[in-house]
Amino acid sequence: MADLSIDLAGIRSPNPFWLASAPPTNSGYQVMRAFAAGWGGAVWKTLALEPIVNVTSRFGGLNAGALRMVGMNNIELITDRPLDENLREIAECKAAYPDRAIVVSLMTECTQASWHELIRRCEEVKLDGFELNFGCPHGMSERGQGAAVGQDPELIEMVTRWAKEAAHVPVIVKLTPNVTDVRYAARAAAKGGADAISLINTINSLIGVDLDTWLPIPHVDGKSSHGGYCGPAVKPIALNMVGACAKDDQVGIPISGIGGISDWRDAVEFMLMGSTSVQVCTAVMHHGFRIVGDMIDGLNNYLDARGVKSVRELVGKTVPRFVDWNDLNLDYKIVARIDPETCIRCNKCYIACEDAAHQCIDRPADPKLAPVVDEEHCVGCNLCQMVCPVVDCIEMVRVDAGETVHTWREKLTSVPS
Amino acid sequence: MAFPSVGLGPPIAKRLSPLDVQIEANRCLSCYDAPCIRACPTSIDVPRFIGRIATGDLLGSAQTIMDANPVGASCARVCPTSQLCEGACVYNADENPIRIGDLQRYATDWAIRENVRLFEPGPPTGKRVAVIGAGPAGLAAARELARLGHAVTIFERDEAAGGLDTYGIVPFRLPAEIALWEAEQVRALGVEIRTGVAVGETISAESVLAEYDAVVIAVGMGNVPRLGIEGEDAAGVWDALDFIRIAKMGGDVGVLGDNVAIIGGGNTAIDAATCSRRLGVRSVTMYYRRGAERMTAYDFEIEFAQVEGVEFRTYVLPKRIVVRDGRVAGLEVISTDPAGTARPLIGTERVVAADTVILAIGQTRHTALLDAFGVTHDINGIALVDEQMRTNRPNVFAAGDCMFTPGGVDAMVVEAAQRGKIAAYSADASLRAEVR
Repeated sequence: MADLSIDLAGIRSPNPFWLASAPPTNSGYQVMRAFAAGWGGAVWKTLALEPIVNVTSRFGGLNAGALRMVGMNNIELITDRPLDENLREIAECKAAYPDRAIVVSLMTECTQASWHELIRRCEEVKLDGFELNFGCPHGMSERGQGAAVGQDPELIEMVTRWAKEAAHVPVIVKLTPNVTDVRYAARAAAKGGADAISLINTINSLIGVDLDTWLPIPHVDGKSSHGGYCGPAVKPIALNMVGACAKDDQVGIPISGIGGISDWRDAVEFMLMGSTSVQVCTAVMHHGFRIVGDMIDGLNNYLDARGVKSVRELVGKTVPRFVDWNDLNLDYKIVARIDPETCIRCNKCYIACEDAAHQCIDRPADPKLAPVVDEEHCVGCNLCQMVCPVVDCIEMVRVDAGETVHTWREKLTSVPS
Repeated sequence: MAFPSVGLGPPIAKRLSPLDVQIEANRCLSCYDAPCIRACPTSIDVPRFIGRIATGDLLGSAQTIMDANPVGASCARVCPTSQLCEGACVYNADENPIRIGDLQRYATDWAIRENVRLFEPGPPTGKRVAVIGAGPAGLAAARELARLGHAVTIFERDEAAGGLDTYGIVPFRLPAEIALWEAEQVRALGVEIRTGVAVGETISAESVLAEYDAVVIAVGMGNVPRLGIEGEDAAGVWDALDFIRIAKMGGDVGVLGDNVAIIGGGNTAIDAATCSRRLGVRSVTMYYRRGAERMTAYDFEIEFAQVEGVEFRTYVLPKRIVVRDGRVAGLEVISTDPAGTARPLIGTERVVAADTVILAIGQTRHTALLDAFGVTHDINGIALVDEQMRTNRPNVFAAGDCMFTPGGVDAMVVEAAQRGKIAAYSADASLRAEVR
């Protein structure tokens, strides 16, 4: 049994699986259920000094074929319940589950006094940390909060500093992906004294338009506004941003990874790219709190199978491999090989290569025979392997000698100036 | 025309639920040069019609199906899909092919329900084409000829179009309304369907040849031939096709008794057997002269009959129908050589219980009609055509059961439709060559 416990900038939890600040952490009832199911921590749905008013309806789902909710967006705002009520429930949850991490997400107007007051009132109950919501891209940003702060490095640094002035527990800064280069925001948080960063918050989005009514989805009495996009479809965007922050020397603080994490595999990827804890929302909104049991067991079995004693050993292990394009070896060559035994003759690889890649898969005249790769012309792009419905039918095989390394950076520097 | 809607119990095909449709349509891999297309005699672009279901374009889906197969709604119910498209599906590696037939039914059911118009006639060529027979081959030929701009008249002996699809397949497998809708689709293109007109009887072959620029003969086959045994004229002896026709139209088949004996091993024999069961007969037994593996009925039809409570006796020949007071009172049978030669084994005769005997041992040929058109045929009355469905007579073509080999795998509705299409394209090419 591997050690799954983690410590994110002093915030400890028995496993790395936290609920993200979102609808599943809206109430003590929900967080109690989540902890009973095994969640290691919860970031409470964003608190403010005064509750806001939410609209009906709020969510929209992106389906891919028969797969539901590969992406989702929402126009729900922060908590619409009074601060005192939330704080009382936080205290009850912490008392019932003292070993779990309760991090409280915060948002308020951009004044020092306001931030100090909010933090002071929250610290009247026992909690493990704060997460500053600089990411919410809809609604609150129109009031100068949320992503309106997160898109301005100077504001990030200033507000982070205010929070740190008041807080007695670690402060995590949650970043918005709705920026050109997230590292500037991350550096500002670090400069402001943040103990950790969490990313990504949701991405600006419009989930769809109704073909019958021509109304945007979801609509509120015939109108909609852009929402925050999340779910499995955003994972690659999140992973890239986590990796970018993890390898940036000027950031240098721990990371809580967020963005489309749905199972233990996603969690491992985020940890390898530099996340100490991972936060989950959409998968719970889709399947309920019970998925954490599969995440804990899957992670544990994975670590045990590899002989890894502690989940902490995963953190950042892939980051050194995440480099600039200029540093990639131009001599490395792989080609596709199709296993005729497991091939089911769907010809997906053939047409993908023919129409969209390099025309280097040939079909024998007899349609009962498997397609064959013209290895001389194959560029090793992986497309055929990606479209193949059969697991492990197409293998990418290394064909260069593996003895030389040449990069574009070398070419750049070798040119006499 | 109004056609009695007689179901004889619940339909065989399970209707896909909206959830099934969503899962199944999205499960299709959309293979390139898909084996399901290759396995379909009419080359329906299966991945395309399924993909259109998945995106909610049911009109486009129905057009894709019906474009390739003018009787695609009937075929969605009667095709032996496990031997055709579904048998070829790449998912067969896991024995879990896409339910292509059910999806095809879903799309065509939508077209029937919405009463949409799928196709338009082509620009008029001024040429007139006669099609003899409004079964699958005739409808397919007429539909394509009309889309190519020819003025088409179908001569149909029966009161309604559709041929065996309308009259000869049990309603719980293929309701008449499906085949009649397909005929209406053809009529809507401007094709005149003259029902109740038997060429060779009501009007002469000569007059058809004189009046039309081309003729497509798609007359199918005739009644079940006689067995040539004692007692065959007794009351209670049926031609299976007559029996199915009357039952399907809601007519009175009279008293069948407790025991019905079916003679034959094809799909029509199965239909007569299951139809008898659904009419309330206690004991229905099929007698076949060779082993079960030689039966021409599809495996799924045989399984269905077993589920419906039909019993099977193989290696048995009927020898004599026992008659009492002019009515069937039993059936004398004799066992045959277990090697499968169908040679009777003397001394094995016995009488089995039978109150009704239904014969389903094949169909006669319309040899006289072929002769009237001057179309050469083989000794069995099968019209001789080349690959383009051309007969020996210029501008006379033949398609469907009238040119199929008996008992062959090609005697399918879908194959008849394809031959009808080919005959139409041949006729079109020939007529256009004349214009030049």
